[in-house]
Amino acid sequence: MVLEGKKRVWADYQKEIADDHYFYVRSCIRQTFFPGSETTLLRILRNDLGKDVFEDARHTTCTGIGYHTDIVPLETTMTVIARHFALMTEAGYTNIIPSCVTSFGLYTEVLDTWKHFPEMEAKIREYLWKATKREFKIPENLVHTSDIIYKFRDQIKEKSKVSLINKKTGLPLKVVEHIGCHYAKMFPVSGVGGAEFPSVLSGMIESWGGSVIDYPERRHCCGFGFRQYLVMANRGYSVSNSKKKFESMQPYQPDFIVANCPGCSMFLDKWQYTIAELEGVTYDKNGMGIPVLTYEEMAGLVMGYSPWEIGLQMHQVSVEPLLDKLGIKYKKEEKYLGARGQNIGEPQKPQFLIV
Amino acid sequence: MGKLYDRLNQDIRFIEGLNGCLNCGVCTAICPAAEFYHYDPRVICDTVQSRDENLIEALLRSETIWYCGECMSCKTRCPRNNTPGFVIMALRKLSQELGYFTDSEKGRQQFAIKRAIGGNILQNGYCVTPDIVAPQMHPEQGPVWDWISSNTPEIMEKMGSNYKQQGVGGLRTIAPEVLEEINRIFEVTGCKTMFDTIEKHSKHKADELGIEISPEGIGNEYFMSVYTENNGTHNI
Repeated sequence: MVLEGKKRVWADYQKEIADDHYFYVRSCIRQTFFPGSETTLLRILRNDLGKDVFEDARHTTCTGIGYHTDIVPLETTMTVIARHFALMTEAGYTNIIPSCVTSFGLYTEVLDTWKHFPEMEAKIREYLWKATKREFKIPENLVHTSDIIYKFRDQIKEKSKVSLINKKTGLPLKVVEHIGCHYAKMFPVSGVGGAEFPSVLSGMIESWGGSVIDYPERRHCCGFGFRQYLVMANRGYSVSNSKKKFESMQPYQPDFIVANCPGCSMFLDKWQYTIAELEGVTYDKNGMGIPVLTYEEMAGLVMGYSPWEIGLQMHQVSVEPLLDKLGIKYKKEEKYLGARGQNIGEPQKPQFLIV
Repeated sequence: MGKLYDRLNQDIRFIEGLNGCLNCGVCTAICPAAEFYHYDPRVICDTVQSRDENLIEALLRSETIWYCGECMSCKTRCPRNNTPGFVIMALRKLSQELGYFTDSEKGRQQFAIKRAIGGNILQNGYCVTPDIVAPQMHPEQGPVWDWISSNTPEIMEKMGSNYKQQGVGGLRTIAPEVLEEINRIFEVTGCKTMFDTIEKHSKHKADELGIEISPEGIGNEYFMSVYTENNGTHNI
């Protein structure tokens, strides 16, 4: 294939990502399990890149987990999302940036459905008016927050303090990247690189000095499965799917895993603990597991932020082996201190997983 | 009540999700649920497109339709642009509307999800908050989560959240007037009706089984029963 042809094919997998002036909507899962990632994202966007990111205190859940556990009807979810469009419109913004992959998938699905079924959009406008007396304009640009970090990856590199390189060997760190299913599997044109060649995370990793591992189950689901995790009786589904991925990536000896979905990051971290305690198995050589980062945490480390400020102490798999490889200095004794530096106790040690 | 197939065909996701299945089985090959459960999305699509009312009713009362994880990996791969995951969503909606969901162990779990997630959305404005991830219900979260749960305000403050405070920021309290808007949306768009339907049929089932069920909350025997029971017949 001639280069011109390749460029033309690749053009189908690009997406427009607005430069500035973002209306930000939050992730329920991320604020619960990785609150430091949200703070880190906003710090990078606002302080390091000088972007205008607006948050309205009146925005809520998109209902995504309720929708994908089938207790919330489609019309309800669409109307809640339409309310967020209304808040965006009222604030004078046109670019909306969900920070959750489930939300991003749903926002994309809503806009796509309205394109094919304009009568549905009309019905939702009526519902929203009846319930809230609000009106909205369709966003001009809808991207996931990881798309924005991808877009500015080279500017982040210019300001970076740390590269994804093993300080001792000088070699690029080997990274497993995991893209949340709803980022591009439902609507491939909505993700950078589509569903076949997603580059939203690999672009960051390579720009910041790391190398990306291509392993057989790279695109397999983390196993969340909504009801398959939320209900205790179903969690075997969830852990089994993560296990399938761990076994597939293990021979490539990853230095860490990074995900662009808060749920995936949490499962890939917590299921390593569960498998270790249940079966005495870890997927590294030292019994400590493979560290898992959110993309915000990866960007924060690259920018030189303190590991304990960005929330790495909230992970069950210890991140210290990764910090050592990166040559990042940290004080272990400060890891579990409270907001004012006071002692608030420490987590107990797992029985098998070494921390 | 119209024909079951006709009712499915009123759901926009069913219209978008089933354009005619050629039974190639690619969806089953890619499906995480099919690797774990007795589940085959190809067969689901084939059953539905047969328009056989008896078979569709059996499906609506079955365990099978509750096995999908809605990862939507099937949507990417189908050569006919079908989405078995969307077909599942339409089947689950109809199963709940007709009360058939209480016929299966996996279907009965909708009660627990409605009480936990549905309740949290209407009371707090979020699907998930740290308070509902109770360590005793989530042993897989490990000792770090135990530590976070015991020190949530301190840790969330350190992380820069606005935990249970007014204004913007993560984990902030959603104002009562905002919750009122969300409640009205749920009323107007049919979600309250769906919640009431799940409650009504679950109460009926709990009474039939002689299991205690309370009018609200998760502190009742029926909640714990549907949340934890697994008869061990679901997996490959």
